[in-house]
Amino acid sequence: MWHSAPHLRRQGVLGMNRRNVAYISRYNPRSKYPLVDNKLKTKLLAEKFHLATPCLRGVIEYQYEIAAFQETADRLDGFAIKPAKGAGGKGILVVTHRRDGQFVKSSGRSVDIRHIRHHLSNILAGLYSLAGTPDVAIIEDLIRSDEMFAALSFAGVPDIRIIVFRGYPVMAMLRLSTSASDGKANLHKGAVGVGLDIASGRSLHAVQYARRITHHPDTNTPLDTIAVPDWRDLLILAARSFEMTGLGYIGADLVVDRDRGPMLLELNARPGLSIQIANGAGLLPRLQTIEKLDRDLSPPAEERVAFAMQVFGSDNP
Amino acid sequence: MKIKPFYLVVALLIVAGISLAWIRHAQLHIPLRPGQTKPVWLIEARIDFVAHGNPVTVSLDLPDNPPGFRCVSEQAASLGYGFTIVDGATGRRAEWTRRHAAGPQTLYFKLQMVPDDTEAAPETPTPTPEAPATVYWHELQATAAQQVLDLAYERSSSPISFARELIRQLNADPPDQNAALLLDEYPLPDLLRRLLNQAGIPARISLGLELEDARRYQNLKPVLEVFDAPHWVPINENSGAHGLPENLLLWHRGGQSLLDVTGGQRSDIRFSMIRQTMPSMDLARLQFDGGGLSRFSLHHLPIEEQSVFKLLLLLPVGALVVTFMRLIVGVRTAGTFMPVLIALAFLQTTLLPGLAAFLGIVSMGLVLRGYLSRLNLLMVARISTLIVLVIFLASVVSVLGYELGVQVGLTLTFFPMVIIAWTIERMSILWEEEGSQEVLVQGFGSLCVAIIAYLLMRIAIVGHLAFNFPEVHLVLLALILLMGQYTGYKLTELKRFGVMGDQR
Repeated sequence: MWHSAPHLRRQGVLGMNRRNVAYISRYNPRSKYPLVDNKLKTKLLAEKFHLATPCLRGVIEYQYEIAAFQETADRLDGFAIKPAKGAGGKGILVVTHRRDGQFVKSSGRSVDIRHIRHHLSNILAGLYSLAGTPDVAIIEDLIRSDEMFAALSFAGVPDIRIIVFRGYPVMAMLRLSTSASDGKANLHKGAVGVGLDIASGRSLHAVQYARRITHHPDTNTPLDTIAVPDWRDLLILAARSFEMTGLGYIGADLVVDRDRGPMLLELNARPGLSIQIANGAGLLPRLQTIEKLDRDLSPPAEERVAFAMQVFGSDNP
Repeated sequence: MKIKPFYLVVALLIVAGISLAWIRHAQLHIPLRPGQTKPVWLIEARIDFVAHGNPVTVSLDLPDNPPGFRCVSEQAASLGYGFTIVDGATGRRAEWTRRHAAGPQTLYFKLQMVPDDTEAAPETPTPTPEAPATVYWHELQATAAQQVLDLAYERSSSPISFARELIRQLNADPPDQNAALLLDEYPLPDLLRRLLNQAGIPARISLGLELEDARRYQNLKPVLEVFDAPHWVPINENSGAHGLPENLLLWHRGGQSLLDVTGGQRSDIRFSMIRQTMPSMDLARLQFDGGGLSRFSLHHLPIEEQSVFKLLLLLPVGALVVTFMRLIVGVRTAGTFMPVLIALAFLQTTLLPGLAAFLGIVSMGLVLRGYLSRLNLLMVARISTLIVLVIFLASVVSVLGYELGVQVGLTLTFFPMVIIAWTIERMSILWEEEGSQEVLVQGFGSLCVAIIAYLLMRIAIVGHLAFNFPEVHLVLLALILLMGQYTGYKLTELKRFGVMGDQR
């Protein structure tokens, strides 16, 4: 159904044009983009700043290294292959375990080593990179879902997207893959988005394909009782990525590992707008609240998170 | 704020674009609409005389910015004669010269005149002529003239109305005695000139050419002109109507004689004329003499480059459509400017054959690409393979189509093959990653934008303005800049965020 522009404006919905002009180009210096557009750089930087990230198991830079990939793979049971410059979750291949020499993907389909080599060479050729430039493939540890999350997701690990504006977490959502989204966590592919209360990490509102739902379409778990554990730590982790990158408007993707707790998965300098649908609330009022704060003042991440939890909680919208 | 100078620049661009275009239209007579035609009079003056074998000089008075007409081209044809156009104090004169000529001679002078309604009024003020010389009459006629003049003077208030009164008296039916007496001695125009001069009003007999289609051997016709400061006003000697009648070209106005021939005799001048129709654009082009504004015209380029620019200058229109469709409407397209390139190809193939060819080649390419993806090729090699295959396919389809008499195949050659190969590759990946629905959405979006851009670029006036008034692109630029500042919702976002309305 359609809505009039004044109606959306009253709701404080941030549109694509406004996001690009008023936030991304104003708060994100172009020179800092490579830090987040290249996952390898993000990873190394995060390690420097002591932000937890999934363990890096290998980097494939040249075509000839692909032949030797089998050895790397043999040392690992499950792993994830990602293009360093991929966007929108493109080109990510997650292998959960091995069966009869085959690799089992997160969707449950098994593939052979040739498929993986082909995928790697596609990555190196730049098929998934933003501008089609040559790329490198990074191989990292598989993330083991926390039990609570495992029940929620159809396949793959649910991740938490937090919009961080000038270091303040302003809006968050939990993304659950579905069979429709082929284990991917992208909302437009059919993943479920669950808006989270910044104050508590509890679910507010869940949507799939821009429609409200109450239960996960595959697992049938109720979605209105979710409470993300370690919520404050997650927010602080996300908030610290501001100091790390110097980007004012970013989307931080985090996961909660069974063993290692909250981890930073990747950062996005052009975070999508569907988080508003998942939250049933517009970003604009929150962004404007932060814009009113003194720019010269930069309190530590803990204080920023405390401020955000207080101001952006569902009790005081 | 930074915003203000920005809007100033936008306003400046728009004003500059429109005013430059207008100035060029006004000065160079470049038509604003395509396909306009204008009547053109092709007039040929033929001078005949018999030469004695001595040096010959022929001097012909030429029309000098005649009111109501604009001269487009002039040209003399005369074998063995030197020819120049002399701009003297007495006006423009054509001069033929030859050291030795004997026997009957014929000289031609051709010119093209365009009726020019727009500039009928602003005739430059002429300097007031000297008071007319004293006019001499026979005694009998002097009395008659004085009576006629007295009566006319009584009934008039200005030179024009005075002339009109004289004309009415002289043309009265039956003529009164005085008029009959005077008309016996002098022809009507000359009599009027004498009478007016006697009254101290400057008047002269000019020679005009009555333009009528396909007339030959016409003589110039005397036209009475009365000076009514600051202009000479032609007056019809029979009806008294003042102003220039339509299709009357004032060839010889005052000044020296019409035709001077030295070294010859029995000279005669006759005029032939035909009415032609010419596209306004060609007329304007005839006048691009390389001065002033016409310097900045693409018409000076070689024809080949001109045709390239004709197409290139349509690109901004396509860019405008893409900007609008993506920023304001929010249509998703495969590749930002791919639709514009497709639209340009459509321009050469026309819509339906182009669409059929495009869809055909892309779907065939997708099938081939499906096989290629199983070969584990590197991406660059895969796209290169695709380019080769696409070109191969295109040639096979073209040849087959030609043999079968179907012209659709031939139109394939207008599509940029590399772009098509890339489109196929992107579509194929999109298919694998996002599913067929996204391919349809983006493919449909691209084609929609391409078709809109095509329909817009195809409008004759758009192509005409883009090529003949390149400065209108400043306006397009301003519009694009303005859209770049648009921070409102896209049309599709109104639907996308539609779910937001439910909760409250």
